[in-house]
Amino acid sequence: MAILLTKDSKILVQGMTGNQGRFHSKQMLAYGSQVVGGVSPGKSGTQVEGVPVFDTVGDAVEKTGANASIVFVPAPFAKDAAFEAMEGGIKLLVMIPEHIPVQDSIDVAERAQELGVTLIGPNTFGIISPGEKTKMGIMPNHIYQPGPVGVVARSGTLSYEIAFSLTNGGFGQTTVVGMGGDPVVGQTFISVLHHFKDDPQTKAVVMVGEIGGSSEEEAAEYLKELGKPVVAYLAGRAAPPGKRMGHAGAIIERGRGTLESKEKALTAAGASVVTMPWQVVDALREVMAKA
Amino acid sequence: MKQYEYLAKGALRDHGIPIPPGRLVNNPEEAAQAVADIGPAALKAQVLVGGRGKAGGIRFAASPQEARGVAQAMLGMDLKGYTVERLYAEAKLDIEREFYVSVTTDRNKKVPLVMASLSGGVEIEDVDDSKIVRQLVNPRVGVLPFFGRQLAQKLGLDGVLAREFADLVVKLYQIYRERDAELVEINPLTVVNGHLVAADARLNIDDSALFRHQNVELIDEGSELEKKVHKIGLAYVELEGDIAIMANGAGMAMATVDAIQYFGGKPANFLDAGGGASVEPTAQALDVLVSMKPKVIFINIFGGITRCDDVAKAILQVKNGSGIPVPLVVRLVGTNEKEGVRLLEEAGISAYSDMAPAAERAVALAGEGRS
Repeated sequence: MAILLTKDSKILVQGMTGNQGRFHSKQMLAYGSQVVGGVSPGKSGTQVEGVPVFDTVGDAVEKTGANASIVFVPAPFAKDAAFEAMEGGIKLLVMIPEHIPVQDSIDVAERAQELGVTLIGPNTFGIISPGEKTKMGIMPNHIYQPGPVGVVARSGTLSYEIAFSLTNGGFGQTTVVGMGGDPVVGQTFISVLHHFKDDPQTKAVVMVGEIGGSSEEEAAEYLKELGKPVVAYLAGRAAPPGKRMGHAGAIIERGRGTLESKEKALTAAGASVVTMPWQVVDALREVMAKA
Repeated sequence: MKQYEYLAKGALRDHGIPIPPGRLVNNPEEAAQAVADIGPAALKAQVLVGGRGKAGGIRFAASPQEARGVAQAMLGMDLKGYTVERLYAEAKLDIEREFYVSVTTDRNKKVPLVMASLSGGVEIEDVDDSKIVRQLVNPRVGVLPFFGRQLAQKLGLDGVLAREFADLVVKLYQIYRERDAELVEINPLTVVNGHLVAADARLNIDDSALFRHQNVELIDEGSELEKKVHKIGLAYVELEGDIAIMANGAGMAMATVDAIQYFGGKPANFLDAGGGASVEPTAQALDVLVSMKPKVIFINIFGGITRCDDVAKAILQVKNGSGIPVPLVVRLVGTNEKEGVRLLEEAGISAYSDMAPAAERAVALAGEGRS
């Protein structure tokens, strides 16, 4: 099993005819994702990797029965694309682009909530469910394998590092979710943990967090209810306050969003908190043996 | 992107929020003229650091002559590492009370947040939580006058001040929304002659929204080196150590900095070469690291979208071009790893496949860490 994204998810690619859209459509198809259509205004009638392209999400949904969409359009147009998807009936929306204005993300997140749409991102690597052989995102295909561990992360490459170490350490994954590196994103740690709680195949969860915001602290309060072992690794130990560490959301502002505060909350809630990425596998082996 | 006080004040003025009479001055003559026109004034250094007053960045002048002298002393001075190039001359206020009000984004709730307090004039983090009123905004509704009245009531304001406050909150939200602000803050919001006046203001604009605000003055508050790397389009933060670092992706770059520190080394920088960087930007980034004259350069790549052979080519391009005169430690795994490692080995560079021993080696080469 998996959360949010399964083999039954029928996926559209918005911005399919662009460089990114083209490349990642091919990768998704290679992984096994059910990519049923692309959307690029003015390009209907063409195909990418044998998949039909439509002018509008409305057309694409009508012809293909799509229920999920991944957005690759440039940041200034991403809000428009997201609204088109949501108004068109899409229920799982993955927004890849970086540098989307926060005000736009606020509007998209608000509408997603009203319509019951699961929004992943923006500024995310996406979501992958190895056991279902499907992904919506830009992550490399070869580093995952099916298994009992749920992973939720804010950062792309860092989550690849950790997912790959899990795979090499014999721990496959149910689903790996990228929340995104922006200040306002569709998912919080807690909203993703809710789904992992309800998934019987997920036996343990790895959280990959970083400085900034308070999503980790908030999640700590939920760990008891989650009732599954959690290993947490957080990045930004050496980050100076007031500086954005690459991600727009990774910043210690006015004393808030520090690593100490997050690690303290998670440790107090019973998570196994490690200080370096390569320590995750051993910690996981330990907490899963106890569980 | 933080805006100078005079720009924040301009935004308030444009939206009809009362500010004291004031103007930007570039030299002692202009300062004298400003005081001649507006009377006794505060001369405020236009730099993007907090605690200006305590650091000597706000001084008073009662007469044009005095203003000339004060401006002379302030212009060119160093304020917490920033050179004062311009002053904002602003009429001295007879302050009766100091409040606080701001609009920002609540990251967890994903909606705008209005915060207010009757205890203004100090950093809001230093104000007791019980003295701060917080109200979330439904972005579909926005901030209407009733929202401001509710807030005024919660604060315990009445009469003229309550009316003026409600009106001001509406306008402040307009600035937040229309200017794509991350933060718009008035602190202190003063009471002068029984009316509200914004005595100091902060305005931070969302970098990602600059494309729709062509008239915004671009301000990079970073060091010279930071500015240089930002111009290449890469995320870069200068740190105090001497082990230069490059990684791909923001999270990996943070983790790499952490790892160097974990083994007792001193990281010189945070550099995200991008999640899918190709040869040219990677080489440019490496050039910057070489120019820092570090003790060691540590490159940590997990090739997802980034291709290891591209990274190797970038390294060789710099090595064979301007040269890499310091020890180099490379960790290279992922997409096209074999090809990347082969290219490096042919040039006499061996690559690690695990992050921990690579970071440890970089620290040892720098002569740092636990012995």
